[in-house]
Order: sequence, then C-alpha cells, then structure tokens
Amino acid sequence: MISTTTRMACSVRDLKKEYVLKGETVRALRGVFFDVPEGDYVAIMGPSGSGKSTLLNMLGCLDQPTSGQLLLGDDDVATMSDDQLAEVRSRRIGFVFQSYNLIQQLSVVENIQVPLFYQGKLGKKENDRCIELAHMVGLDGRLSHRPNQLSGGQQQRVAIARSLVNDPYFILADEPTGNLDSRTTEEILQLFHRLNNEGRTIILVTHEDEVAKRAKRVVRLKDGVVQWDRLNSEDARREAAEHAFRNLPVES
Amino acid sequence: MFVMWYRTLQLGIKSLWLHPMRSLLTMLGIFIGVASVIWLLAISEGISLEAQRQIASLGADTIIIRSVKPPSEKLSPQGVTPYGLKRDELDMLVSTIPTIRSALPIREIRRQFQYENVTIDGRLVGCTPEYANVTRLKIESGNFITDAENFRRENVCVLAAKVADRLFPGKNPINKRVYVPESKDFYRVIGILQHRNASAAIGGSLAAQDFSNDIYIPIRTLQQRIGDTVAMRRGGSFEGEIIELNQITLITRSIEEVKTTAALVENALTGHEDLQDIAVVVPLELLEQARTTRMMFMIFMGLVAAISLVVGGIGIMNIMLATVTERTREIGIRRALGAKRSDIVRQFLVETIVLSVVGGASGIVAGVICNPAISLARDIIKDRFPQTFAALPEVVQKLTPTIVPESIPIAFGISVVVGVIFGLYPAIRAAKMSPIEALRHE
Repeated sequence: MISTTTRMACSVRDLKKEYVLKGETVRALRGVFFDVPEGDYVAIMGPSGSGKSTLLNMLGCLDQPTSGQLLLGDDDVATMSDDQLAEVRSRRIGFVFQSYNLIQQLSVVENIQVPLFYQGKLGKKENDRCIELAHMVGLDGRLSHRPNQLSGGQQQRVAIARSLVNDPYFILADEPTGNLDSRTTEEILQLFHRLNNEGRTIILVTHEDEVAKRAKRVVRLKDGVVQWDRLNSEDARREAAEHAFRNLPVES
Repeated sequence: MFVMWYRTLQLGIKSLWLHPMRSLLTMLGIFIGVASVIWLLAISEGISLEAQRQIASLGADTIIIRSVKPPSEKLSPQGVTPYGLKRDELDMLVSTIPTIRSALPIREIRRQFQYENVTIDGRLVGCTPEYANVTRLKIESGNFITDAENFRRENVCVLAAKVADRLFPGKNPINKRVYVPESKDFYRVIGILQHRNASAAIGGSLAAQDFSNDIYIPIRTLQQRIGDTVAMRRGGSFEGEIIELNQITLITRSIEEVKTTAALVENALTGHEDLQDIAVVVPLELLEQARTTRMMFMIFMGLVAAISLVVGGIGIMNIMLATVTERTREIGIRRALGAKRSDIVRQFLVETIVLSVVGGASGIVAGVICNPAISLARDIIKDRFPQTFAALPEVVQKLTPTIVPESIPIAFGISVVVGVIFGLYPAIRAAKMSPIEALRHE
C-alpha cells in the first residue's frame, strides 16, 4: 500500500455521515478510510448515491462528519468551528468546481485573488503572484477580462489558478471537466498532470472512467464505503492519455 | 484591518455599480428622507423666525393694551356707548406702577386725505414722539413729531411712504398741507417715513395692521381737533363711536419686569370685565409661545421625516434581501474559498451603508439648496401665474427657509444608522446560509 514515511495531505479515518431527511436517517457515509499522501493524484469514483458528493463536502471542509476523523495535515477538521473551517478552506484547500464558480463582477486576476483576500493578504506581492499564476495556466492577455468574456475552458483555467494561489495541501476538483468538450477536457487534464508532476496533490471527483484512468490512483465508493482502492500503472495512464489524444475531433 | 474594509468597500461599490438603476432607486428613498428632514426643518424654522421677528418688532419689553369694540349685544341699542381705554387710566398706570418706564398712547381714526385734486383713504394716527422709538420708525426725510408740537397741539403731520407717494406724486411733500375734509383741518407735513412692513395678526388679540396709509399727528392735536366722538358713515347710515384711546403701549424698565408689570396692569384696569372692551397683549409671552410652538413644529416635522427615512430603510432592506437571494451562489463561492460568516456580513453591510450614505449625502446637497430652490420656484410662479401667486398666503409668498445647522449631521447620522439597521438582517441572512446549499443554488 502506501508508504507511511510520506507526509499525508489528508487522512480519512472511519468517516461517517448521517442526514435526517424527512424523518428518515440517511447514512451517506458508513465508515470511509483512505489516505492521500502529498504528491498523490487520486480520482474518487462511484455511482450516484454512493456518498461521493458527501465525501467531497467533507474533504472540502464545507460540512462536518457525524463521526470519525478527517485529518488535514495534523489537525482534525471534524471538531472545528465554522470560523476555523473557513480558515482551513482559505489556507489549505484549492477548489475546482464543475461549473467553474467564478465571481462575475471580478476580473480574472481578482478572481484568482479571492482566497488570499480572506486571509487578509492584499499586498503587491500577492497581486504579482496572481498574475504569475494566470500566465502559468495560459491566460496571458486576459487578465482583466470578466468571466462572461471567457470560454468554459478558460474559466476553468482561472478556477485552477485560483485553487493554486494559497499553496493548498491539495486541489479538490469536483467533476472539473463535466461541462467541457473533449478537446478542452484534454487541455485541463494535461494541466492537472503537469501540476501533479510539479508536486501538487490532486483529489478529483469524477464519474468518467477516461478521466479516472489519468489519475495515479482510483478510489471507488459504493453505498457509503470504499469498494476498492487501486493504483493505475504508468503504462495504463500513458495508454489512456494517448487514447484520448487520438480520439480528439479533428480541428476544422 | 483597515485595508480589509477598504477592499470590501471597493468590492461593494463594484457590486452596486453592476446594477446602477437599481442602486439609484434604492438610494432614492434615503435621498428623499434626508432631503425632506432638512427641507421641513428649514421651512418651519423660516416661518418661526419670521413670527419671532414680527413679535420682537412689537418690542419684547413692552405691554400692549388695546381697546376692543365690544360685541354688539353688550352695547345699548340707543345712543352710543363709550368704550375702551381712558386717558385717566393712562395717567393712573404711569403714576402707580413704578416698573413702567414710559407709556405711549395711540388714537386711530379712518379719514380721507386730500391734496390738490388727489383724495385717498387712510388712517389718522394720533401719537406722542415716543412712537418713533417704540415702533422703530425710520425717517426718510424731515422729522417725527416733537414734544413741543404735541404740547402746543400743532397741526403737523408725518406721512407714511405710500401716502406721500400717492398724495404728492413727483413732489416734495415737506411743508405742504394735507386737508382732512371730515374735520375741515389742514396739517403741515413735517416728515416722511421709510416703507414699513405690515404686521401680521398675532395670537388672535392683535389684528394685522397695514401701516402704509398712515398719517401721524400729535395726539393732543387730534384730541382737540376731532375729539373722542367719531361719526362714521357706514352703509348709508351714520354710526358713532366714543373712544378716548385705541392703544396704550407701556414700556417697562427691563424685560425681566415685563411679566410682573403685565399682571399689575391687568389688576389695575378694573371696570372693563363687563364690556370686555380691552385686550392686554404681552409680546414677550407671545415670543415664548412662539418658541414653544416652534419646538412642537420641529418635533412634528422630525416625526414626518423619520417616517420617510424608515420607509427609505425598508426600501433598502427589500432590495438587499433580493440581492442576497440573487447572489446566493456568489456567497457560496466566497464561503468555499475561505470567507467567514463575518466576512459575508461585512460585505453586505458595507453595500447597504454605501447605498444609504451616498443617498444621505446627496440628500444633504439637495437639502442645502432648499433656499435658492424655493426662491426659484417662487419666481417662476410669479412670472407665469401672477394670479395664483397673489392668491397664495403671505407666509408662503415671503417664505425664506432657514437651514437648521444641526439638521445636517443629524440627517446624515440617521441615514447611516438606517443603513446599518436595515442592512444587518439581509447580511446576517446571507451569512447564515450553508455553503453547500448556496453553491448548489442556480
């Protein structure tokens, strides 16, 4: 399995979550275990109703488990107050959403800056870093555009730049390619690949096998527990990338 | 911390700027509220200052006693009942009440005046030289009546400005003689007065007086030439009137003694209870009454303005609640990216404060230009609709609003407070949303 000498970006220990919905208790998570070491690239899969979204909300510190532990670094998120959770979100997590979730009235650079804003970091240095990140994800020349002036792929790049701005413990991507065509999907997946090669930890929630195959490791949930947890071999990943590349529509 | 607020402010302005029309309309409520506070207070202050000025022009250190025509059922059907103040009473008051510095008797009779072929209706006023001081008359040319002229019962007169204009158009009236046909007398003009404003009716006991048709003569002259009995032609029949003095103005030694003196005077003037033929007016008391009225007025106006500010505040709250709903997703994104509840509260609170402060500040600007705005409106009405203008009450015609300095910071403060109070609820509601729910919101 995973070497214990590596530092963990996050560890999930016997995580349970129950909701009360119309008088009935729904057990969304029934004891989930897994670790994400730093530098890992995990795809979380599972059919709808498997507890995928619930786990995502836990990992993103947007919700708290009924029982169990969720360690981000050394801290157990399960027992934190609302303000502490907000603090953790702004410092340790980089969100990428399916629908990009950019703030419409802000420019590209301002959107990238939002997590820093809530850390109270508003200086020139931070601004420069945001511009640098925008360049890094390939948005040169669009720094002061508004989200509605950008294509879906470009918006997702802004979101990825935003997720990197606070140097998070991990990037948490929720179906990041769900709204994109196959060409743009490929671009975004390549960007993730590059970031992972640079040492970024990525947790990606998806229901697409093609996307999951590109990750280093796949965790599959079913009925609120981990059904299996497998590593993708380097060959399989390369194979999947080449396959995707070959099947790209011919540019007209 | 400061930078945080500053950036939140920038953000707020940016968000408001996204919907300029909506923001403008939202501000309108506060704008109207603040402007109306300032306007209403300025107008009521203007009216009250004018009233106080008129009362003060009667002299705060004086007591005015007027003869009042008794109700007709109290007069005997046959003959003519004498009524009003007596000369004896004047002497009695002056000699028995030590706090009276001096006394000014006045006798007024409606008469016709003639010079060459011009005849006008006017009022013959018998008075003493004191009259000029007490009523603060300004002499245009010549002199007012002197003690010697009064003592020697000379046939001299002083004309009001309008009388001089009408009787002597284009001529210098000094030393010319005005003829009074009813008593077949001539009076030599010794002085002309500057224009004098009419006095408004005050407190019901003092009728409005128009001084523009007055001719002033020594009271002793009037007493000798005309006497106390006056015949007046009214509707074809003659009507008589026996009256010694129309008015006595008592000047006290100091303002502090006015009230005690007034009480003494009312006690001393016995024998008038039956006919109710005199009225004692104390301008000082009227002045104090006017000040109380002013307070009442201010409170009332303040209340009206407060209501309009509350309405404005509700408008703000309404819009902010809609905005919060509309921006639920943005709130979710911000929360996911690390915004605390307090950050969200701050963001929305700043927006409402910006709305109400900008609305309030522009309201102050609109409030401060109250005076020129009213003069402009008055000039336009005067030019375009002269009849309408003439029909307006005098208070409206002459209205000069006086801005109450305190109303500006008060109005501004209230608008900020309204912004905070009515912004707090939407802001808290925004902050209380679960980030997961908010992110799911379409």
